[in-house]
Amino acid sequence: MITYIIRRLLASVVLLFVVSVMTFSIFYVVPRIAGGTPETLATRYVGRSATAATVHLTAQRLGFYDPMTVQYANWAKGIVVGADYDYGAGIERCPAPCLGYSFITKQPVWPDLLDRAPVTFSLAIGASIIWLVAGVSTGVLSALRRGSFFDRGTMGVALAGVSLPIFFTGLVSLAFFSYSLGWTAPGGQFVPFTESPAQWAYSLILPWITLSFLFSAQYARLTRAGMLETMHEDYIRTARAKGLRERNVVIQHGLRAALTPILTIFGLDVGLLLGGAILTEKTFSLNGLGKYAVDGINTQDMPKIMGVTLFAAFFIVMANLIVDLMYAVVDPRVRTL
Amino acid sequence: MAAAGVALALGLTACSGGTSTKNTAGGSSAGGKDAFNAALTTVFNPSDKKGGIVKMADESAPDSLDPGDTYYGYQWDLIRIYGRALTMFKPAPGKAGLELTADLAETLGVPSDGGKTWTYKLRKGVKFEDGTPIKAADVKYGVLRSTDKATFPDGPTYFSDMLNLPKGYKSPYKSKGMNTDSAISTPDDSTIVFHLKSPFAGFDYLAQLPPTIPVPEAKDTGANYKAHVISSGPYMFASYAADKSYTLKRNPNWDQATDPNRKALPDGYDVQLKVNAEYIDNRLISGDLDVAIVGTGLTAASQSKVLSDPALKARTDNPTNARLNYVSVNPTVKPLDNIECRKAVQYAMDRTSYQTAYGGAFSGGDIATTILPPMVPGYQKFDLYPAGADNKGDPTKAKEALAKCGQPSGFATNIAYRNERPKEKATAEAFQQALAKVGIKLTLKGYAKADYFSSYAGNPPFVKANNLGLALNSWGADWPDGFGFLSQIVDSRVIRETGGATNTSVRIPEVDAMLDQAVSELDVTKRNALWGQIDKRVMEDASIYPGVYAKALLMRGKNLTNVFVNQSFGYYDYLAMGKP
Repeated sequence: MITYIIRRLLASVVLLFVVSVMTFSIFYVVPRIAGGTPETLATRYVGRSATAATVHLTAQRLGFYDPMTVQYANWAKGIVVGADYDYGAGIERCPAPCLGYSFITKQPVWPDLLDRAPVTFSLAIGASIIWLVAGVSTGVLSALRRGSFFDRGTMGVALAGVSLPIFFTGLVSLAFFSYSLGWTAPGGQFVPFTESPAQWAYSLILPWITLSFLFSAQYARLTRAGMLETMHEDYIRTARAKGLRERNVVIQHGLRAALTPILTIFGLDVGLLLGGAILTEKTFSLNGLGKYAVDGINTQDMPKIMGVTLFAAFFIVMANLIVDLMYAVVDPRVRTL
Repeated sequence: MAAAGVALALGLTACSGGTSTKNTAGGSSAGGKDAFNAALTTVFNPSDKKGGIVKMADESAPDSLDPGDTYYGYQWDLIRIYGRALTMFKPAPGKAGLELTADLAETLGVPSDGGKTWTYKLRKGVKFEDGTPIKAADVKYGVLRSTDKATFPDGPTYFSDMLNLPKGYKSPYKSKGMNTDSAISTPDDSTIVFHLKSPFAGFDYLAQLPPTIPVPEAKDTGANYKAHVISSGPYMFASYAADKSYTLKRNPNWDQATDPNRKALPDGYDVQLKVNAEYIDNRLISGDLDVAIVGTGLTAASQSKVLSDPALKARTDNPTNARLNYVSVNPTVKPLDNIECRKAVQYAMDRTSYQTAYGGAFSGGDIATTILPPMVPGYQKFDLYPAGADNKGDPTKAKEALAKCGQPSGFATNIAYRNERPKEKATAEAFQQALAKVGIKLTLKGYAKADYFSSYAGNPPFVKANNLGLALNSWGADWPDGFGFLSQIVDSRVIRETGGATNTSVRIPEVDAMLDQAVSELDVTKRNALWGQIDKRVMEDASIYPGVYAKALLMRGKNLTNVFVNQSFGYYDYLAMGKP
């Protein structure tokens, strides 16, 4: 088992390396292949009517004249041992893990990520609890009452939930619940949990519900399908024949079996969200990791994009790892694979 | 689906916005009578009552809060609450807003040596937020550090270009101990003298730029200074989070007696960054937000809603900005090297379709026939290529010009625009349709905004090789003055073969000479007349097709007092407003 974990951890490190090389290539190498010069890249990071000298100095400061491999190596080195940065008035140390400096704000990326992570984590955790509870319970009830009015109704809503993009449901719910009724915060306001748990929940309740609406719908449909399948298994019939109460049959025998694939997907979804719920954050103007990434893309601020990508990849890889380890616990055959 | 979502969301907010507006419209909580354009040339809701926090939101983020590193107009407007430059535009409505007045200095600059030397005396008793008196050396340091383009790449380059800096001088950081008196001397603590390489008559305009805001050398942290700028104005920073938000509170060491221009009404400012534009509009409508700081106005979706609701429309102003949206007509591309072919373009285009493509009269702007917008001193009204009574173009004249050009049946060329700007694409299409009527066949070429000037439409070899006869362009003045407006778009010497300049089409040696003449003309009336002449000369060359003088539909915050548009910026004066 330990060998298995070590092997998986090593594979995760390799995966992160590959992700970083690919991201780096997309944002640094491709523009160069397309004919960009260090100067044309640098013109994005200077003011208007900047002189050629300013552009040259900026290209120099951002290291655009170095060979690609050196640029990557410098960036990767910063993660491990930190980097020094010239602020003009003096040199400052960016301690490890230094994910680089934003070309636009000229601030290190890592503190920004840490600053924004609580927003994304709060959003992901709150929403995931809601959608897991709402989605699974709806799915179970629908499966048990297959063909009923409840089943058709909830599956119709679920279909809408899956189909409607978050920027639609988000804007509509903001318009209705916040601007019109004034029940919820108008977005853009995040209060840390440590400051006031009540305000924290108040500021996030609408984004949670909006985000979980999309996921609950998926989970409800998945749970329903899984439950329909398991409830027709022989062992369910046996359980019923043993005289077990229906509640025990459903929860202990039916749901437990149906839940395994749900939990696998749940792990991946939460991992994905921890890297930034881009549309939700953008719609509700929440300063989370997803919005940070979008801002980085809009302003071609490559270190920001690299930072968030790696951060997000880390969580997805971790979620994958946890799911794999859980498999290993559940199914011993996996350990030998 | 997205469009439907937005429409529905906006429809829903229209209910709430409309209702809540009615509650306070007319004799609103702040006491002003709402009316369309009420703050355009007069002060809306005047009051001297202090208190309150002005809440602002920015759909993007400023390049920097550092006075030495910002080139954003709205930041130059706001920076006056925490920084005092030597001079400033009067915080006043109407034409008065275009006049310069002394700020940190006692009077406007005193020129000598034919405009090559400029002397300013500092006001007595002005202090930094920590109580340290402000000296001439602090202003000098502020200007010199801004010339370090490796550390501050975003700010304007006028000072590094014009000051007579010693050879080999880089910046106060890299050239420590080097004597810089040849560029700026400080004979005593309250006198600062600027020495230029060549005369520059409009130096008082440069003196209002943020780099003349004093910076205490001991507190300077280079590129990090933006996170804790030391205030010389009535407000100082209480918090700063890059790309997220910042707040300002009162500066206890600011003294009203030293400052005739500022009332300092609010108790503080709260600025949120990178907020959704639609979200900003909705909060502005509901009264939850006071100022959309960028000043580009309501989004297209909000405009239709606001303009159709009289109560909401009454809270808006529709100023014209010192910005021209135009098209470069490149004489380096054949057959546009022939002036008659360029004239054919001028005559053939339907001006109303340009205006419509830019968003119509409210947000697109007024039809332009000159390069200088009307509020820029020196503007003269003229129209060299009349487009008929309906402004839809003059095909007869266009065909005549084509015949003279030797292309009686028209010609083919390309038109460049920025992919990210739908209005530019719509304008390019409008050109395509209008010019097709006289046989000029245009092919649309979209390029990435980020590299538009460096690699494509501003790169002369690329323009020539790819037949970019026409290229969509847009220019806003650094300040509303002939030099601020014209120097970057009609001076052929700013064109760089490596790309990056806004000007690519205007290459007239006579205009370059006229610019030099105007720059050294100390008589304001004569100088302004020259700007008008330059405008006319370039229009005669037909190498710029002026499209529209940009306009924006701005909305006043519900609870604000002392609101007015400062013409020098083209949006609300952020220094004067209050929120009791």
